[in-house]
Amino acid sequence: MAAISRDDVAHLAKLARIEMLPEELDHLATELGQILGAVARVQEVATSNIAPTSHPLSMSNVFRDDVVKPSLTNEEALSGAPAKVDDRFKVPQILGEE
Amino acid sequence: MTLDYQAATEKYEPTLGLEVHVELNTNSKMFCSCATEFGAEPNTQTCPVCLGLPGALPVVNGKAIESTILIGLALNCSIAPYSRFARKNYFYPDMPKNFQTSQYDEPICVDGYLDVEITTEEGTKVFRVEIERVHMEEDTGKSLHVGGSTGRIHGAEYSLLDYNRAGIPLVEIVTKIIPGTGKYAPQVARAYVTQLRDILRSLGVSDVKMEQGSLRCDANVSLAPIGSGKLGTRSETKNVNSLRSVERALTGEIERQANRLEAGERIIQETRHFLEESGLTRPGRSKEQAEDYRYFPEPDLVPVTPDAKWIEELRAKLPENPADRRKRLQAEWGVPDSEMGSLVNAELVDVVEETIKLGAEPTRARTWWLGEISRVANEREVAPTSLISTRSVAEIISLITSGELTDKLARQVVEGVINGEGSPKDVIEKRGLKVVSDGSALMAAIEAAISAQPDTAERVRGGNIPAAGALIGAVMKATGGAADAAKVRELLLKHLGQG
Repeated sequence: MAAISRDDVAHLAKLARIEMLPEELDHLATELGQILGAVARVQEVATSNIAPTSHPLSMSNVFRDDVVKPSLTNEEALSGAPAKVDDRFKVPQILGEE
Repeated sequence: MTLDYQAATEKYEPTLGLEVHVELNTNSKMFCSCATEFGAEPNTQTCPVCLGLPGALPVVNGKAIESTILIGLALNCSIAPYSRFARKNYFYPDMPKNFQTSQYDEPICVDGYLDVEITTEEGTKVFRVEIERVHMEEDTGKSLHVGGSTGRIHGAEYSLLDYNRAGIPLVEIVTKIIPGTGKYAPQVARAYVTQLRDILRSLGVSDVKMEQGSLRCDANVSLAPIGSGKLGTRSETKNVNSLRSVERALTGEIERQANRLEAGERIIQETRHFLEESGLTRPGRSKEQAEDYRYFPEPDLVPVTPDAKWIEELRAKLPENPADRRKRLQAEWGVPDSEMGSLVNAELVDVVEETIKLGAEPTRARTWWLGEISRVANEREVAPTSLISTRSVAEIISLITSGELTDKLARQVVEGVINGEGSPKDVIEKRGLKVVSDGSALMAAIEAAISAQPDTAERVRGGNIPAAGALIGAVMKATGGAADAAKVRELLLKHLGQG
């Protein structure tokens, strides 16, 4: 049974930049543990003669020719951006002061 | 007391590790069909795939896979029969997807090597640098940090992103740890990057311009007391943008680490940034642990499984190793190391070889490309090859060899061709550049020179042959360099009774 600790959840929340309340951490630690447990049941059917797969279809070497096609215009590319400056995407401060 | 570099390497043994990122020169990006042109207007080479818009699906650029296999083969790697892409997850706005498509535990090429040659006061030394892996990934966007005092990411008020570069195919070449280089560590690192650059250029897979960032090197180094048999804690220096900087950055970092260890302090495992002006490094952001990237197989891409036939076809396409080729040409041309070095540094080996193949006399081919043509190219800050074709240079040199042009006239022909006045023949015709070897025309100039310098002429008559130089010079000047100097000398000496 996969266990997930409160610290694991806090760490993942930090990596995912999601702010969480202490009670949410407790709640999610329990809930994520149950989800992992449910998914872990797959291991019961996975046997050594079945290769793991990362894609639903067993295909390989799907390539495209190295040919340029038109891109979006600058306006189109930035049309969904919450903020823009000088034809660039504007994002909030990334790191604080050292 | 602080240790200088020599003292540092007498006490501590450096161990290197080098990661080189090379942008491939494909026309389109790695997973979409956007153009890869350098210097385009911001955010004009993007699409739903490289902007990470919902529902967009990537498709691998076959040419990029081919280039990566070629690189692996040139570095004596095994090509994996099965490899996969993986998502490297991280929160940083240089990738709008919040992950970089990379490879994790299943790279395309593994276990190669490159023999690196350096010149030392103890003679030529060869170090085998073992290659751990060559894998495919995609480049990130370019950030511009605005506000704050330094223009750096720390303390910036906000950042601006241009995603033209996001998704350009990037190949990462990682060495195994390189032990036993001792005080030569920085030199070995520089030679490795240089040889690698030459190989990549010969393969034609990248522009390999360090100053434009199409070739970048991260240099890892750790120190341990000599003979301890241990490995110290390493630092990783980024932002190393020239071959010279590779050597400087490592020299500085070895000194810094040695002095910390001397002072009883610990080395922190961290990323450091090279500062071009001072040659020093400063700490960067502390590295997230590998597991924090939460790598997992990319579900939107299928595996790459090159068959033996494809690999052998690519192997058959490999050009001669640049280091071997250089040695072969140097022997064929019979030139000293210094001149060969100049040709290599000026990237003129190929054009000189081609010029010679087109019939030019070898010594002249080298001299013209390295001399006059490079001089004009430097003045105009362009590549010598953009000024004049190898065919024109070969033609001009043939005319010198056959005596139809003097060096001085040839320089005018080269100038004319460079200025767009047409082919060498056109320039010769339009400017009337013909060697004067007609005896009567030369005799007039010779007699004029003798009457202008009667004393000199008298000395030559008296047997002082070297004095004739001044008279020959005067004739050459009078004919604007168009006279055949050997012919002038012959006629002059005969005229003064010394022929």
